[in-house]
Amino acid sequence: MSLNMDKLMYKLKEQIIERLHLKDLKPENIGDDQPLFVEGIGLDSIDALELIVLLQQEYNIKLSNAEDGPRVFHSVRTIADYITANSGALKVTT
Amino acid sequence: MSSHTFVAGMGIVSAIGNGLLANLQSLSNEKAGIGKMKFLQSIHSGELPVGEVKFSNGELAAISGLSSQLPRTALLSSIAAYEALLDAGWDKSFSQRTGFISANTVGGMDKTENFFKLFSKNSAAGKLADVVNHECGAVTELVAGQLGIRHFVSTVSTACSSSANAIFTGARMIRAGMIDYALVGGADALTRFTLNGFNTLMILDKELCKPFDENRHGLNLGEGAAYLLLVSENGLNQLGKKPYALVSGYANANDAFHQTASSPEGTGSYLAMKNALDNAGIQPGEIDYINLHGTGTQNNDIAEGTAIQLLFDQSFPKMSSTKAYTGHTLGASGAVEAVYSILAIQQGIIFPNLRLQTPMKEFPFKPVSGFLRNQKIKSVMSNSFGFGGNCTSLIFSAA
Amino acid sequence: MQPVPNISAYCLISPNKIFLDGQIIFEHPGSAGIFLDKTYDHLDFPYPKFYKMDNLCKLGFLAVEILLKGRSHEKKYSDSETGLVLSNSHASLDVDLKYSKTIHSGASPALFVYTLPNIVIGEISIRHHFKGENAFFVFKHFDGNFMAEYVSGLIENKLIKSCICGWVDILKEDYRAILFLVETGGGENKLPFNADNLNKLNESEHG
Repeated sequence: MSLNMDKLMYKLKEQIIERLHLKDLKPENIGDDQPLFVEGIGLDSIDALELIVLLQQEYNIKLSNAEDGPRVFHSVRTIADYITANSGALKVTT
Repeated sequence: MSSHTFVAGMGIVSAIGNGLLANLQSLSNEKAGIGKMKFLQSIHSGELPVGEVKFSNGELAAISGLSSQLPRTALLSSIAAYEALLDAGWDKSFSQRTGFISANTVGGMDKTENFFKLFSKNSAAGKLADVVNHECGAVTELVAGQLGIRHFVSTVSTACSSSANAIFTGARMIRAGMIDYALVGGADALTRFTLNGFNTLMILDKELCKPFDENRHGLNLGEGAAYLLLVSENGLNQLGKKPYALVSGYANANDAFHQTASSPEGTGSYLAMKNALDNAGIQPGEIDYINLHGTGTQNNDIAEGTAIQLLFDQSFPKMSSTKAYTGHTLGASGAVEAVYSILAIQQGIIFPNLRLQTPMKEFPFKPVSGFLRNQKIKSVMSNSFGFGGNCTSLIFSAA
Repeated sequence: MQPVPNISAYCLISPNKIFLDGQIIFEHPGSAGIFLDKTYDHLDFPYPKFYKMDNLCKLGFLAVEILLKGRSHEKKYSDSETGLVLSNSHASLDVDLKYSKTIHSGASPALFVYTLPNIVIGEISIRHHFKGENAFFVFKHFDGNFMAEYVSGLIENKLIKSCICGWVDILKEDYRAILFLVETGGGENKLPFNADNLNKLNESEHG
């Protein structure tokens, strides 16, 4: 995995902690592949919506179908993959 | 304790009409009031259908006799509240024994939004008069002042169950002998605040909503106001009027699951419905029609349906969600649907769950899909479930 | 003869001070936000969702936490036997204003869900598994008469056996919560639950 990917995942962890007020957590406490919802970090449906806003504001990526949420937001890595895939596509089309 | 609480008057303004008659007509013509935004200014106007009341603020002001500068919620509230009093033949001389319990969730948000628009560009701009009526309570006070009711005035704000709670609070005060007349219900106008908020929750359908349909995609927001004049036996004699119905049972419970989502088993909904039946002293089989909360969201309809399946077992009453006509009128919805429930009893009619194509596969029952006449309806249950886990069921019965 | 309900405890939170049964139990300088977070730290129990709440929820949530601490309330009553009847004058205005500011820069759903005053009842119910009757009223001022009448009615009609009722209000730096734990029986400090006592306690400086 590239250095960029690691950097992106670390940045994401910081953003998630800040945005979702996870004051008891540090980026190091969130595993790259740890499930973010329910039994993992314990996020809920409102957190998922907040993550959608985060992607839009910080990465200019629009997740218009809420049903894609569980797949995209499974872990920090799946979010990072989604960002990489979609910002790449964005560059090609613009 | 055993004394009854009667419904002696009703008033309503919604996306399907101003007044009881206009609403009844649209209901029987199966004519929904949801469509493209005309009065609300929003960047989503082309994309999100809403159930608007088909009058501008100026027109509402002219009907209500209030200033067009007041919050739209207050204008709607005044129109429906006045109709209920007029319908019952209530007289100002009764005001000492009258309470006004009104619900709303947005207050004067529409005016506050206008203020902020100007204020955010220039902190010296914006009319302060636009924010003085922001609080939910201010809307109630404005209308109470206009109607001349000062003895007991309160605002209930428990999200989408607000006006259902206002109704039973009034019924309870009458049962306790505190008052003889209770003008109860609620109002809410569409605002960008609520529209944007629900949009970020991703529960707004971009098409017309389809409650209890397998392919439902969310709710449409609506606006409106509705009120009942509840009276004691004493009050009824004084009015010399034949009552529409009895308020025969009610209950409220908390789902204790999530800030906005219902528990998958519908725990709160089940408790509210079951306790309302107990309160009315009747069996599930004695309910002839359920006016569903039925918002059209994945979450509500599955939770509500699951609770109904458990409670009514194999003898499912006829049921429908009239939100397919009006949209979800939030703080007004409990009262809007109480009016429809009482019309069902009085007229012997049942309203269709419009646009139902594929009933939800999870349940052995399905909502009514066509308008039904000549029905014998003794008791109707009306469900209202709100954010914050607040769940209420009301039961009205033929007087 | 019905047993008469009592106030078995009451908690007042006003700027930078907390009183339980009239005795000061905590104080800390700083803004409303800092004070509420410090109170949570002081109470020392893990509930990470606390940080997600708006200030109205934090205020009501903490007052209930203090009221029920060490009382084994949840063992004494079943889920449906405790009611919550709260009131205030500013509804959810505090967070409404904060939310309004986010609308143009990307509205926050997590903030929007708090723009209803009764969400504080939801948060308390989730924490303590309360499934009994609950209501939120908006009044100009605390109305002890209405509160006493309403809650007594719920208990007399056997809808609930205990109730947390009172006032929880916040607008920016101006905040006040006074909550009463009402039950039949009650502890050493019990007071009869009636309008006079509610109004008296509400008006007294230290709750």
